[in-house]
Amino acid sequence: MALSGVEIFKLLPKTNCKKCGQPTCLAFAMKLAQRQATLDLCPDVSEEAKQKLGEASAPPVRPITLGSGDKAVKMGEETVLFRHDKKFVNPCVFALEVKDTLSEADIAAFCNQVVDSEMDRVGQKLRVNAIMISNESGDAAKLEAAAKTVAAKAAGVPVIINTTNAQAAETAVKLFADKKPLLFGANASNLEAMAAVAKSNKASLGISAASLEELSELTEKAKGFGVEDLVLDSGARKAKDMIEHNTLVRRAAIKKNFKPLGFPVISFAQRGDSLLEALVASVCIAKYSSIVVLSSIEKWKNLALFTLRQNIYTDPQVPMQVEQKIYNIGDPKADAPLFVTTNFSLTYFIVSGEIENSKVSCRLAVMDSEGLSVLTAWAAGKFTATKIAAFIQESGIDKEMATKELIIPGYVAILSGSIEEKLPGWKITVGPREANAIPAFLKSRA
Amino acid sequence: MAFTAPKESYAGKVYSVTIGTGDKAATIGGENVLSFHSFEGETPNRPLVAFEIQDVPPTDWPENVRKVFDGVSDDPVKWAKYCQDELKAKAIALRLVGTHPDRENRSAEDAAKTVREVLAAISVPLIILGSNHAEKDSSVLIAAAEAAKDKNCIIGKAQEANYKTIAAAAMANNHKLIAMSELDINLSKQLNILITQMGFDKERIITDPMCSALGYGLEYTYSVMERIRLAALTQNDQTMQQPLLADVGMYVWKVKESQAPESDLPQWGAAEERGILWEAETATALLIAGAELLIMRHPRAAAAVESVIEELV
Repeated sequence: MALSGVEIFKLLPKTNCKKCGQPTCLAFAMKLAQRQATLDLCPDVSEEAKQKLGEASAPPVRPITLGSGDKAVKMGEETVLFRHDKKFVNPCVFALEVKDTLSEADIAAFCNQVVDSEMDRVGQKLRVNAIMISNESGDAAKLEAAAKTVAAKAAGVPVIINTTNAQAAETAVKLFADKKPLLFGANASNLEAMAAVAKSNKASLGISAASLEELSELTEKAKGFGVEDLVLDSGARKAKDMIEHNTLVRRAAIKKNFKPLGFPVISFAQRGDSLLEALVASVCIAKYSSIVVLSSIEKWKNLALFTLRQNIYTDPQVPMQVEQKIYNIGDPKADAPLFVTTNFSLTYFIVSGEIENSKVSCRLAVMDSEGLSVLTAWAAGKFTATKIAAFIQESGIDKEMATKELIIPGYVAILSGSIEEKLPGWKITVGPREANAIPAFLKSRA
Repeated sequence: MAFTAPKESYAGKVYSVTIGTGDKAATIGGENVLSFHSFEGETPNRPLVAFEIQDVPPTDWPENVRKVFDGVSDDPVKWAKYCQDELKAKAIALRLVGTHPDRENRSAEDAAKTVREVLAAISVPLIILGSNHAEKDSSVLIAAAEAAKDKNCIIGKAQEANYKTIAAAAMANNHKLIAMSELDINLSKQLNILITQMGFDKERIITDPMCSALGYGLEYTYSVMERIRLAALTQNDQTMQQPLLADVGMYVWKVKESQAPESDLPQWGAAEERGILWEAETATALLIAGAELLIMRHPRAAAAVESVIEELV
């Protein structure tokens, strides 16, 4: 377990010198315990304390970066088992497997798919993050050729070299030596040689074992060979075993501070059927994998996997928000009704969904209420007559409308008079309290 | 440092709930661990996938899922038999959506007749759902529960506004009951307490914390389910040990991602595969969060979910 603030305090100089920026050593200790400060801020800490605290203050799952430049991805640093406790930190990496038995043209086509995979969803740019080049052929020359193709066709995309052959690894990894690749394929029989390749090329090292016991021993050995950035493969390939192993690894790291398993986990979701592959990948997303290896990345599949990853890694404390603007639902003409609501994403999704269900084309004015729902935003003074009136006026939407009518949520019926005063020439209509009554409401107007 | 597996054992256990009669009866729940954590406890029953059908033709379903049932969906009896016999459904969920005042506004008697006919045609367990109109559901579900007397169905959904009549009807006719609240663990617990205070057996309730589709609030349903299950297991909270329902199809097949044609949004890829995956992936995520009972629409989505369950047990 991580040390408590008081335990940390005992190891500090207790001089209250303030050089760390905190008023007292105790305050600094508390910051350290909450991981809001790092020990290097203290100039006078003893070597002994450094060693003890360094171990305890290191994150339970080691942070590891895959790749370099603007496509680099961070993994690890997780602090909880359940997303409602605290935000899951670093969204898992999706890696497309490219086998070196493929033709150069096929490899190039895979590279293009990865490069083209970027999509925008709720303001975030999402993509397939990495390519795993697998030494399926067993031939070092073929692996090198495939790696060269990837380096040329998918420049900047983080790379995982997958081979158990240290000589083949050396030539391929060298191509990405300054780009933080992951060398995957170390195991009990090749660990020393693979660790040497990873070390000399500044690569992370992926270690495979047949069990979590063996894996714990191998990571300790790898550290002994001077490689600290490790990625774990427990040998789990069935979804059932992935849940078991990933759960035990995450618990060991977080609840027991068990350092030998305090690393990101790689999972292999490849299946003959792409739909099943997506579902196995979904299990990996929800249950703690840091890298999910895929065999195909169709657009429909990417969209669904990106969305689940985004959902699972959303901060549960911060409401998801949608952009303030007037959304068209269906194909609204001049006589289409105009609704107004707040920008809490769930509010938006539910209201827009019910309008869609009604099959009546409408406009939906979504006002920035800092992600609060209608009643909460009203109570907090973020959804007031003045603000609503200003938003509608500034939008200029009246120019597109035949009659100036605004439908407000039933829960803020009380605002209708004052909005009317502040929006001269507009008729304010009180809509339903709950979104599910919108279809009936629209039907009754028709 | 030697590794010892940090396994956990829990004080609580999810109730086992059996639905249906005869050799096609099905049991869900019964586990004393988180979903698919068979490495540290008992997981005696698989999750159950029920196929959704309706009392009226699915004119409101998007083309890609509606067309699968062309030729059978004009008649709930044909539709139910097709799901049971051809698609090998292990349970059927009949949604009486045609009773909604804004839809066909069918009467409670008509709904009861449909229930009787469907029950006569199938041997797998039946879930009977109202149209989610709190007032109308009260009368429709009373008639439906009587029509299905002693068939050990699940009746739903009882909500805060109408639980008394629906729970009474389920109790009088020996059915199980879905208790639905809106994405709030406390409301869910409170509704279970209210229903049991009427004398309804807590072990005959299925909890529906309200589903949401992938990309449309799924994370809320996911976390509410996970929290309910943790309360059931770690705190042994007897008011939250019911099996969980994910009513997936209805929520998924109205979002844009499940229906927008590829010609409109080429960057989203093939529409049919996208819709199927959207449903199957929503279902899979909620299985991981704790759902034991799923209501689904597309046969290929349901089949894919059965395949992943096969890999998970």
